[in-house]
Order: sequence, then C-alpha cells, then structure tokens
Amino acid sequence: MIAEGQPTFGASSVVASDQRRLFARALDRPSLPALVGLVVVVLFFGVQAPELLTAAGVAGVLDVAASLGIGAVAVALLLVAGQFDLSVGVVAVASSLLSAILIGHAGWATWPALTASLAASLAVGVVNGVLVINTGLPSFLVTVATFLVLQGTALAGFEAVTGSTQVTGLDRATGWESAAAVFGSSAEIAGGRFQVSVLWWAAATALAGWALWRTRFGNAVFASGGARTAARELGVPVRGTTITLFCLTATAGWLIGTLALLRLESVLVTNAGLGAGIDYVVVAVIGGCLLTGGYGSAVGAAVGALVYAVARQGIALAGWDPRWFQALLGVLLLVALLANGVVRRRLKAVPRS
Amino acid sequence: MSPEADGRAPAPLLPELELRRLSVHYGSVAALSRVSVALPAGEITCVLGENGSGKSTLVAVLSGLRAHDEGQLLLRGEPVRFRSPRQARAAGIATVWQDLAVAPLLSIWRNFFLGAEPTRGVWPLRRLDVDRARETTVRAMARVGVPRVDPDQPASTLQAGARQSLAIARAVHFGARALLVDEPTAPLTVAQQTLLLQAIVAARKEGLAVLLVTNNPRYAHLVGDRFLLLAHGSVAGTLTRDDVDAADLMRLMAGGEEFSALTSALTALHSELGDR
Repeated sequence: MIAEGQPTFGASSVVASDQRRLFARALDRPSLPALVGLVVVVLFFGVQAPELLTAAGVAGVLDVAASLGIGAVAVALLLVAGQFDLSVGVVAVASSLLSAILIGHAGWATWPALTASLAASLAVGVVNGVLVINTGLPSFLVTVATFLVLQGTALAGFEAVTGSTQVTGLDRATGWESAAAVFGSSAEIAGGRFQVSVLWWAAATALAGWALWRTRFGNAVFASGGARTAARELGVPVRGTTITLFCLTATAGWLIGTLALLRLESVLVTNAGLGAGIDYVVVAVIGGCLLTGGYGSAVGAAVGALVYAVARQGIALAGWDPRWFQALLGVLLLVALLANGVVRRRLKAVPRS
Repeated sequence: MSPEADGRAPAPLLPELELRRLSVHYGSVAALSRVSVALPAGEITCVLGENGSGKSTLVAVLSGLRAHDEGQLLLRGEPVRFRSPRQARAAGIATVWQDLAVAPLLSIWRNFFLGAEPTRGVWPLRRLDVDRARETTVRAMARVGVPRVDPDQPASTLQAGARQSLAIARAVHFGARALLVDEPTAPLTVAQQTLLLQAIVAARKEGLAVLLVTNNPRYAHLVGDRFLLLAHGSVAGTLTRDDVDAADLMRLMAGGEEFSALTSALTALHSELGDR
C-alpha cells in the first residue's frame, strides 16, 4: 500500500563483515560473560585443586550448583521482568518445615503434605506479586518484608507446634519412598555420587529457557522488564506475568526445600539468613541479567550457578579458609556487573526515541 | 455526518467508533468531559488542541489503555468497554503511540508482534511461530521504506526514524478497522512526516477509520476530512474540510495567535519553512 522506493531512514543495521557479525551476535548472548567466568574459575581451581576435576569433584560441584541453580533460574526470569525476589531461600526453608510438620507431627501421607506446602508456597508468591503490582513498591523491599515475616513465622511456629527443633522418622510416612525416589535419589557414575537434583535443575533451566525465548509468555517477560509502558500500551498482560513469575520463584523455593527434605530425611530449624536469598540474585546477575530488567537468560543463570559452585568447592578442596569464598563471590559479582554494564551501553548506544 | 464518496466504497451507516457523552476522570480532574465524536470508516479525523486538552486521554480510551468512567464507547454501534489494549487490538484498532511503544532491548520482530504474537502448536507446547513472524516483519518494514532489515537485531540498533517506521508498520499490519495515530513527540524530519502521512492516507483508502492527534494544524489540514477541536477536556468544535482552511484551523486552536506569530517569525528567518 505504501509505494516502494520511499526515502529510507537509516537503513537499519549496515551489513558488516560476517566475522564482525558473529562477534556481535556472541556479545548479544547474555550468558557470554558467565561462560568466560566459568572457564576462568575452572582453569584456576583445576590447577589449585586438581581433585575438582575428578568424577567426585564434579558431582560435588553439580550438587551445589543444582539447588542454587533452580532458584537462580527462576530469579533470573523475574529479574528479566524487572523485579526482585529475596524470599526464595526462606520459602525453601519454610516449605520444608511445613512439609515436615504435616508428615512427622500431623501424620499426613507424604504426597498430600508436599502438595499442601507447594500450595502454601504459591500463596506466598501470589502475595508477593499482588503486593508489588498493586502498591507499586520496589519488589526488593516487599520481598525483604515477606522474608522476615516468613522466617519468623516458620521458625517460631515450628518449635511451637512440634516442641523441638528437629523432626525425625519422616521416612516411615506413607508415600515417602516414592517421593524420595523422585526428589532424593542419587546415582553412582564413575565414582561420583550424582544427586537427582541435577536433573531437576537441568529440566528447570531448559523449560525456563524455552519459555523465555519461544513463547508469548517469554515475550511478555522481556517487555515487562525492558519497556513497561510500551508493554502496557500494546496490551501485554504485565500484571499477570509478574504475579506468575513470583509464583515461579516461590515454586523454585519449594522445590529446593523439598529436594533437601527428601534427601536428608529430616529437617533442622536454622536461621537461613538474608544471604541465602541474595545468593540467587547474585548468581542470576553473574549469569548476565541486568538489574534494570529486559535482558538476561536462563542458561546464563545456570552457568552462573556453576561458577558459584566451582568457586566454592574449589576453595574447599584447595584447603583455603572458606571465608575467602565470600570475597571471591564479591569480586565475581563486581566483574559481572561491569561486564553487564558494557553490554547495556552497547545495546542502548543508539539514542532512544 | 455522512462522508463524501469521491470514488471510495460507500461508507456503512454506522461509524466504526463512536464516543457518546464520554467522560474520563483522573481523581477529581476531568481529562475528558462529555465528549461525543464519531469516527466513520474511510475518513481521517484530526484531533487538535493544546497540551493537556485531553488528546492523549482520547487515544487512551479508544485504544483500551484507559477505561471510560461515564458515557458510551460504541464499536460499529455496539457499546463496548475495553479492559485492556489487547481487546482493542483484537477488535482491529491499532495505535501509533506518542512514545512509539518500542522496547529497545527486544529484537525487531519481537517488537513488531509484541502482545499479539503468532503461535503454533497446542498448549502446553504452544510456541511462537518465529519464522512467520520474522518474514512478516521484514516484509512489513520494507513496505514502509526500511528494506533489508535484520529482524533479530534489538530495536535499539534502529535509528530513530526507522524505529518510527517500525511503530507505523506494526499499526498498519494490525489495524483492520481503525488506526489511531498520536503524533510522536520525537522530532520528525520532513521525510518521516511524509511517511506518517502516507500511512494515514493509505489507511483511509483501505476504508479504515483514522484518528490523527496532532499539534500541527497545517499538517492536519493536508490530510484531514474532519477536525475535532479539544479544549480543557471538552469538544470546542467539530469542523469538516469544507468549513476551514489551514489558517482558520490554526487560529481556532487555543493559543493559535501565538502560534501564528511564531510561524511568521520563523518563516521570515527560514523561508523554506513556508513551503510546509
């Protein structure tokens, strides 16, 4: 309908040489800095602690990375949508405490108890999401509040109900065996004991990656974080997407808690600390998510979890003081933030209209 | 009310979109107050008025971004109440937003289809039809004068003019019944204005109801069939092309005197401006 041969306005990207394009394409991948970081930490700790690269060492790394990665993948989606969630760690603790009370104290069968704690976790996610959407408060503060409420309630409530700080004998409950097979089993491969949580982590990453890049939901996630006004103007369901994402992080928290509960067959009341919640965000940022939203990837978050796990296990195996890990994590985070800043400037180099 | 024919298909009796005594309040402030206007198919209705006269609110109501508080919004004579822009888009009402509504970090094809993505497969395996979306985007961008676009590049790599073309191409693609254009605030070159006007005229030719919100009466008079003057959220006047010329329109706009003084001062300094 509009005639061809019109004056063109800035003929989009000038086609550069293929090599440059390949380089630019690689830079466009949010997970690139994390991959580089992974290579660096593997090389460094491979030299410092060679047992890291044995089957047992790899199994240890994957075990740490799995539970962290499940949370980080969900948090990464939320960060892409421009929101924060610091309550994942406490949802993990609280949901496993709830499952333990229902199974060990109230005598429920395993699967109904797990379903009930999943429902409770989802309720936390809905509350987080609705509060953030309806009040317009920063999700950082809202989820810190949720974290405090949940931590206090779960720990005090657990002791008030059970009268002790521990519940044991959970494995006598009906359905425990089948649940343990799904969430708590492990397999010995080439001398290393690999936990089933690694499969859950891989599945979560694959599903999140697919959803982010190949579904309408993923488009809505990107747009909600990167251009909220535009998303609203085009009828993208920003509210529903945000609430769904908070439910996803809560579900990830439940999965982390359930995996630990079914493997350890007991639960100990401990103060999780805010650090556990921040770790997921740190890992997602190392994985290339921008804190401002609109950019990031699930695979990147998974790679970020691997970086974290290699560094932690490496320091332990090298026999260093484990407190060095925090310092190293801080450095990794800073490097990731700077690298992400470069990406961000590159993407936004052209003036916005 | 009935549109003149001049070779076009006879317009249906009912206007595509109609507002009847429609009001919108923001708190105690009335952004629109009992506004009645009809947007017939195959006609360009220009909305003129100062900043804050309710032009953007009018676009927000018609595009589903803001629900009206009183009065009626009629779509082909049927009262409707859009709860989201998604519903308005599904009804065939497309909008070129003042801020263009382009997400800078999303790729061009994702921007093109944002909020109305083509999918294939059945839930839970329903997924984006990426190839179709890419092809459609390239074709639609070529139609508005941006050939050889790489649909996978982020929209931030487009130049400002090409980003505007993206917004226009998207509206033209999705507008089946009505095209709403809230004139972009970003400064436009003459070539970009030409493109915008061409898209508007082409939409009229295809029988769409077109609403053009603009600050520029000359520009409005060039393409407009009917003119709606807004002042303080109310209709200050409705005119047809036969009633006025561009100079009249300019005077009628609130603050029009200052505007024409400014124009003559500018024309004296830069003679090429007089040709626009």
